[in-house]
Parts: sequence; C-alpha cells; structure tokens
Amino acid sequence: MATYSTNEFKSGLKVMLEGDPCTILENEFVKPGKGQAFNRVKLRNLKTNRVWEKTFKSGDSIEGADVIDRDMQYLYNDGEFFHFMEPENFEQHQASSATVGDAALWLREQDTCTVTLYNGAPLAVSPPNFVELEIVQTEPGIRGDTATGGTKPARLSTGATVKVPLFVNEGEIIRCDTRSGEYVSRVKS
Amino acid sequence: MPARTAWQASAPLANLRRRGEIVARIRAYFAAQGLLEVDTPQLCPATVTDPHLESIEVAGYGYLQTSPEYAMKRLLASGSGSIWQIAHVFRGNEIGRRHNPEFSMLEWYRVGFTPEQLMAEVASVARLALGEVRCASHRYRDLFHRHLGLDPLRCSTAALRQAAREHGELAFDDADRDTWLELLMSQAIEPHLGRDELCFVIDYPPSQAALARLRNDIDGQPVASRFELYFRGIELANGYHELLDAGEQRARFAADLQRRSELGLPAVPIDEDFLAAIGSGLPECSGVALGLDRLLMLALGADSLQEVMAFPFGRN
Repeated sequence: MATYSTNEFKSGLKVMLEGDPCTILENEFVKPGKGQAFNRVKLRNLKTNRVWEKTFKSGDSIEGADVIDRDMQYLYNDGEFFHFMEPENFEQHQASSATVGDAALWLREQDTCTVTLYNGAPLAVSPPNFVELEIVQTEPGIRGDTATGGTKPARLSTGATVKVPLFVNEGEIIRCDTRSGEYVSRVKS
Repeated sequence: MPARTAWQASAPLANLRRRGEIVARIRAYFAAQGLLEVDTPQLCPATVTDPHLESIEVAGYGYLQTSPEYAMKRLLASGSGSIWQIAHVFRGNEIGRRHNPEFSMLEWYRVGFTPEQLMAEVASVARLALGEVRCASHRYRDLFHRHLGLDPLRCSTAALRQAAREHGELAFDDADRDTWLELLMSQAIEPHLGRDELCFVIDYPPSQAALARLRNDIDGQPVASRFELYFRGIELANGYHELLDAGEQRARFAADLQRRSELGLPAVPIDEDFLAAIGSGLPECSGVALGLDRLLMLALGADSLQEVMAFPFGRN
C-alpha cells in the first residue's frame, strides 16, 4: 500500500492509524512562526466509527488503507449474515450484523447500497441517502390534517421507525432520509 | 447565489476594495513617517537556512524568497536608512485556511529603534486596519507559566513532552525540545492570545532567536530579543532587535544546516552577500514582518485567507 505524507492529506483519504483503517474528515495546517509545522487531523476510525483528533508533525508519512467503497445490491439476510452482490461481476460478499449495524433498518432486498471493503472484506454498509419504504404499522390517519405539524411514530417494512405527519396511513410508501432518520414526503403510487 | 466560475476571483469584490483601501492607508502612513519604500528581488541565488521554511527552488535561477529580509538588510548596511515594502513571498507546502504558498509580507526596518519602539509602531499600523484596539505584551515564559504551569526556559524536555501529550492526541512520540515548545504554543497558548487586544509575545527562548540578538531578561535569564504579534489567536507579525554580529549569524546558519541534514532536508546555499553586509556593519535597528493577508482577514472579519486574496493557490 502507498504511504501518504501530511502534505497529501485531504478529506476522504483512507489511512492506517494504530492498526485500524481510518478516513480523514478534516485536515488543518498549523504553523507557529518559523517553527515546526503541524497538521491537526480529524479522522473516523472505520472499525469503531469513533472520531479521532490527532496532531501530526507536517512532513510525516503514514500508510494508506486498502479501503474502497463499492455500490452493491443487497440480496438477503440468512439469519446470521447479510449478503451483497457486486452488480458488475456478480461477486458476492457476506457481512455480519455488527458490520451492517443500523443500516439494516433501511435495507430492502434488491436495493443498492454502499459497502465499504477493507482488505477485500466488508467493513461497513451505508444505505442510500434516500429510501422509499412502506409503512407497516401506524395509528390511523387524521384526514385533512396536513398543516398542524403533529407527528406519530410509523414502523416501516424494513424495521425502522420514523416520525410521520398525522395524515399519513398504513400501507403508504414514504420517502425517508437515512442519514437523519427523518420522513421527507409521501410517495404517490 | 449565482454559480461562480473558476476564472473569477475567490474573494468578494467588496473585500478586494477594502483591501485596496487599507493598503493605501498603510502606504500613506509610511510616506508620512518618511520611510523609503523599496523593492527587492523575489528570486535570488541563495535563501534562508531555517529548517522549517521550505524555499521554492526555480531550476537554474535560485530560490523564491521566503521573506525580503536579507535583501533589505543589505540595503540597510548600504546606508538606506529606515525602509519598508510590501513583498510577495513564497513558502513551499504551506497551504490552509491561514496559509497560502504565496502571500504578501509587510516588512519594515527602523534604524535606531528599540524593539519596544517598534512594537508601538506595529500596533499603530495594525490599528490602521483593525481600528481602535488596546495592546499588551506578555513574556513567553509567563504565558507558559500561566497556561501550563511550566518554565519553558528551564524545565526538562520530558516535562514539555508530557504536557504536550496532555493537550491532545499525538501521532508522534519523538521530537526535539523546540518542537514540543512550538506544539504547546500552538495547541495550548495561541488560542488564548489576543482575544480582545493586540497581544505581543516577547522574550523567546534563545533556541528560537532566528535573526534576533540575545539579551538577559529581568530575571537574568538569556532570551531572544524577538517579538510576535497575535490577534484573535492568530499570529500576525514577527520582529527582532536585529543581530549585528556576522560571526554569530554564520554560526546560526551552520547550526540550521546541521539540523537540516539531521532531518533529511535539502541543504541550501548560505547567502554570503547577506553575511558580508552584516560584517560591513548593519546599523543598530529593529525590524518586523507582518502577514498582510492575515491582517486583512482579521480586519474584514473573514475566516480564511481565501476570502481576502483575489486568486489564492489552487485558483491561480
């Protein structure tokens, strides 16, 4: 794997730190007067999801991480593993529930999601930013109430629970933002 | 907001107008003071030896200058009297919100001035851009004592390392004394400096003297007669009671080159014309270099240099 000098640090770069793959979130160059320069770097540990703030001496190098994001189709869950397929070469990958994490709440079979591979094996799974899913359970709607701003919980076919406006009903398809876990709109079928 | 295309200025035109107005005020100030405005080369056969300044080399020509200091001191030794200029200077690999590899340095030298007299003038010049703001000065040593409980001139290197590790996670473990001092300065002290005042830091450790002479502070401890100006946590200017001893200057250059070699950095040619000028007699003087773009950034309430530079690096 290539090594990267602090001069090459930028957000999105994947590097190894203390044995774990990380992605660089922010990189700030700090230099006191005529002295040694430093890089104050914010990184996300891709294994633990913890955000680290580390100070490097400018000019130091660290190893890159063999981490790539791949769009894959979610196939099914066999009770133990989630199975994904690369659409180009039909290669399949399996990921544990721990790896999939909360993404499982938004995954519908056949949908495309992003699987992060570390040394070729799934490290994390991200659902699409927006998904359209069916409401399987919620309190009956209040007809005509489109403006009061009240909400109620609604359970979706994939298992997520979101707050929806009072006028939305069971059986309807809604659009959600998976990053915030929020309802966006009704989808006309 | 309409989409901006790549050829256009990165700074809003209103900021560039303010920039022009402030520069005009600075120019009028120095004219009224009777200082000679000079213009020295940006491309020279030699450059600074400082291990932590990267001069950009131009193959076959020499180096883009990191500051106009050596050339200005050759003028001072030639009998120019007090001089000033706004010079474009270049520093490799310095890129960030507060750094641009090419920037404008407002640099001036006052023959016969003490550092205290020059600091008073630096405050006046800063106020041309920042408006009325009070000023104070703090000893480097007192700041370390106040914020870290350490004596930076006397404590062990291990104590500095320990303090640095308590002030943030580090991706390295091994560094020299000055690196620990600089890290603590930038992590633990700088953010507190100049919150609502122009803050001068004085009496630097002798190891960070650069081109300043040494003297004994009020406690009899040797310190560098160097000052820095901070405002809102940002370093704005660096000044010296200028070293007049060519032999001492040559020894410092040699120490820099030795350090460069230890760090695996390229050797650079020593500026012999500069040393000869010092040797022939630099008048007693104090000088200062002020980052003009940073001053403008603070004057305009901007958060990055890119907001006050027409075409910052990456857009030029």
